Amino acid sequence: MSESVKAKKKSPAAESTKTAEGKLQQAKSEAALPSLGILGMLRWAWTQLTSMRTALFLLLLLAVGAVPGSLFPQRPANPAVVTQYIKDNPSYGQLLDALQLYDVYSSAWFSAIYILLFISLIGCVTPRAIAHYKAMKSQPPRTPKRLSRLPEYGTLALPADAGIPASKAINDAAGLLKRRGYRVEVRDVDGDLPSLGAERGFLKEVGNLVFHTSLIGVLVSVAIGGLFGYSGQRILVEGETFVNTLVGYDQFTPGTNFQSSWLQPYSIQLDKFEATFDRESPKKIGQPIDYTAEVTTKENPDSPAKKEILKVNDPITLGGTSLYLTGNGYAPVVTVRDGEGNIAFQGPVTAKVQGDNYYSSVVIKVPDGKPDQLAFQGFFLPTAFKSEEGISFSASPELFNPQLSLDSYFGDLGLDKGVPQNVFELDVRNLQQLNGRKLEAGGITLAPGMTKTLPDGKGSISFDGVKKYIGVDVHHNPGQLYALIFGLLAVAGLVTSLYVNRRRVWVRTGTHQDGRTMVEYGLLARGEDHRLAGEAAALRELLTREWQIPSDSGNPSANPTVSSPTSKDQ
Amino acid sequence: MPVINETLGQYSELFMLLAAGTYTVAFIAFAWDLAKSSKALRAIDEKAAASSPAQKVAVAAGRGGGGLGVVDAGGPAGRAERPTSGLTVEGGTAAGDMKYSAERRVPARVAVALTVLGVLIHGAGVVTRALGAGRVPWGNMYEFLTTGAFVAVAVFLIVLIRRDLRFLGTFVIGLAIIMLVAASVSFWTPVGHLVPALQSYWLIIHVSIAVLSSALFTLTFAMSALQLVQSYRQKNLAAGRADNLGFMRVVPNALSLENLSYRINAIAFIGWTFTLMFGAIWAEKAWGRFWGWDPKEVWTFVIWVVYAGYLHARATRGWTGTRAAWLSIVGYACVIINFTLVNTVFNGLHSYSGL
Repeated sequence: MSESVKAKKKSPAAESTKTAEGKLQQAKSEAALPSLGILGMLRWAWTQLTSMRTALFLLLLLAVGAVPGSLFPQRPANPAVVTQYIKDNPSYGQLLDALQLYDVYSSAWFSAIYILLFISLIGCVTPRAIAHYKAMKSQPPRTPKRLSRLPEYGTLALPADAGIPASKAINDAAGLLKRRGYRVEVRDVDGDLPSLGAERGFLKEVGNLVFHTSLIGVLVSVAIGGLFGYSGQRILVEGETFVNTLVGYDQFTPGTNFQSSWLQPYSIQLDKFEATFDRESPKKIGQPIDYTAEVTTKENPDSPAKKEILKVNDPITLGGTSLYLTGNGYAPVVTVRDGEGNIAFQGPVTAKVQGDNYYSSVVIKVPDGKPDQLAFQGFFLPTAFKSEEGISFSASPELFNPQLSLDSYFGDLGLDKGVPQNVFELDVRNLQQLNGRKLEAGGITLAPGMTKTLPDGKGSISFDGVKKYIGVDVHHNPGQLYALIFGLLAVAGLVTSLYVNRRRVWVRTGTHQDGRTMVEYGLLARGEDHRLAGEAAALRELLTREWQIPSDSGNPSANPTVSSPTSKDQ
Repeated sequence: MPVINETLGQYSELFMLLAAGTYTVAFIAFAWDLAKSSKALRAIDEKAAASSPAQKVAVAAGRGGGGLGVVDAGGPAGRAERPTSGLTVEGGTAAGDMKYSAERRVPARVAVALTVLGVLIHGAGVVTRALGAGRVPWGNMYEFLTTGAFVAVAVFLIVLIRRDLRFLGTFVIGLAIIMLVAASVSFWTPVGHLVPALQSYWLIIHVSIAVLSSALFTLTFAMSALQLVQSYRQKNLAAGRADNLGFMRVVPNALSLENLSYRINAIAFIGWTFTLMFGAIWAEKAWGRFWGWDPKEVWTFVIWVVYAGYLHARATRGWTGTRAAWLSIVGYACVIINFTLVNTVFNGLHSYSGL
């Protein structure tokens, strides 16, 4: 907002001091921009910003602004894809980055749109709330002179022998409207033309205000989540235990105000993971139909252990956080012996799923190898098959023919320098290859139980078996409960504002020269109200029943010549 | 795990084909009705005009501004213009209250009867699909389309009970046919189990409301498109030019179309708000965060904002009438993008739900 104000300030503000009124008028007619002064300009900008038209424009701009986030990869969701995207599109990849199109929802321009929108919203809601508060405390507006000009209008005539004078008629109508939920004020009861004003449906505007205020509440709740929440990921192989401390995470995203003391040291151990795949429907064979992880949890190190089931769509709550089953895969168990014949590595290696049927990549780094550090890189296939072209693929997600195909390397892994490395990637620039399809020694292809000796006495690798692993996401978001509450409030407000109708009713009575008591009434809606005619008919029905008059008397369409008591208006 | 019944699945596909065929005949009947009834009504207009030329002038003057977005409620108009006055003064358009009139429209009756037959067969298709899979029939794009088309037609028929919206028939049935054909040709999926991510009671709640809201948006899209055409035609008529869109004679005036589509859009908007919220709750249960700007979430949000804009537009000077209708059309375009492009082209967490 400040920018637009500054820009506007420059031109007219300089010359604007206290000008005589005549001059001002002259200037107004001559200049395109009237002189408003700084305060005037601010007020002008504020009025512009809080106008319905601007709000609508900003709202539509928000919709347009949100779209690029679905067209381009987003950093918060997947930073690696963004890096790759920039690499793949050198011509405009950098430009998009400069325009913050990979961080749309935290970009300066998107933030500007929604902050302006919310300022506009506050600027709109606040005066409306004050006005509505006043309206709720004040009496219904005065009775219009010509009720017949209202969108709904009707008259009734009470026979002279009914014994209902004008003053009683107005009180009867008042009681009836009160029972119907109207706020009623009777005017001039003992005068010639008693009348009443009635109004109902104040909840409509209340709902409207609650809806818009709740949207601010949702935004604040999201901000609270960003400030005080945290999330992390951890891969757990069968048998492994995760303890909720910073070092326990594979990846951790703290909120802006995060403190590590918030982490309650609960633990979760993966006992068993079972994936079920479709075996019966043709064309869908191999599609997963169930993932179940059996886990043992402890709220605190000293708490009793508890057996629990973790499933997709069914998170576990532990220590103020929620744990989600978000991924799974295979972890081949290998033993690597180094050149000296000692076991340099033993255990499961997480294979990263890359393609269909758990076609996964494997990287094994053996920094403890002596005299040379060793490394392996290749693929794991749960059900290895070779196509006619000789390309290996996995034919099933289940372990029917597990196979490890690896290349091997030796040399300096660079791990001792303290530079962080991705465990799923191997930098082979400083390594020498030992095994590979193009080398004389060939690649390493292992089935469970097999061992392959590396060339040149560098050691050996054994494929001992396969375990399963799961990916667990841990989330703590203190804002989400409030977001839900405000969301529900917003819906309640929305429904109220759309379906409660604000209506005004006026009734006027009088005595005709022939002794009949004449009644006329008019209805007015504020805002959209397609049921106003129905309300008019209902009121007529109620009044007719109250005074027990034959239903056709005084009907405006049946007998349009009945004169209304307000003869001076005719 | 429920047992998959292939035979029922095949019956379901047969029912879908039969339904599409029945709808096609109904579509032809609706189109026939537009042509024939419009012609008949115009003949009545002309006869009336011939008998009292003065009335025609009054008619043209009375309705001339109708298409330009004049709000009817609360206007200081004379009593004859009041919506409740029962006196419908319409120039070259059908009655604005969309109540059934006394005249018999045989082609329209045939069309509605065929639509009822079609929706029964279609319903059988949806039910057999559900029985065959042992779950709700909206687990993938094929099912979402076939069930969505069913709900759209069913909602249309339910509205028909109270309002004469038969002029929408070609539109709604045409869209239903497109949806059924697209489902069978582009998104065909055999009956099968759900992936674990979809195994949640939120699938029943979240998607059913999304289907229902989309069906309502389909109706209002059709009405807004007709509103634009009718508004253009009314302007032409008011200017005294020739009526080159004669089939629109059976369609109510632009203002009535706008008012009714606003009411339906208001319901659909509440439905979409629930879709968004329940989606967020489900996302929290499945992925650990209630909002993550996944492409599907982005477009659901965009749709919500566009229709929120539509509701606000009606309260903003200069944005009623034609512009509001355009917003409603843009909103529906977003619904279509959200369903097609977002599921197939964009890479997101909802990608599994299709294909």
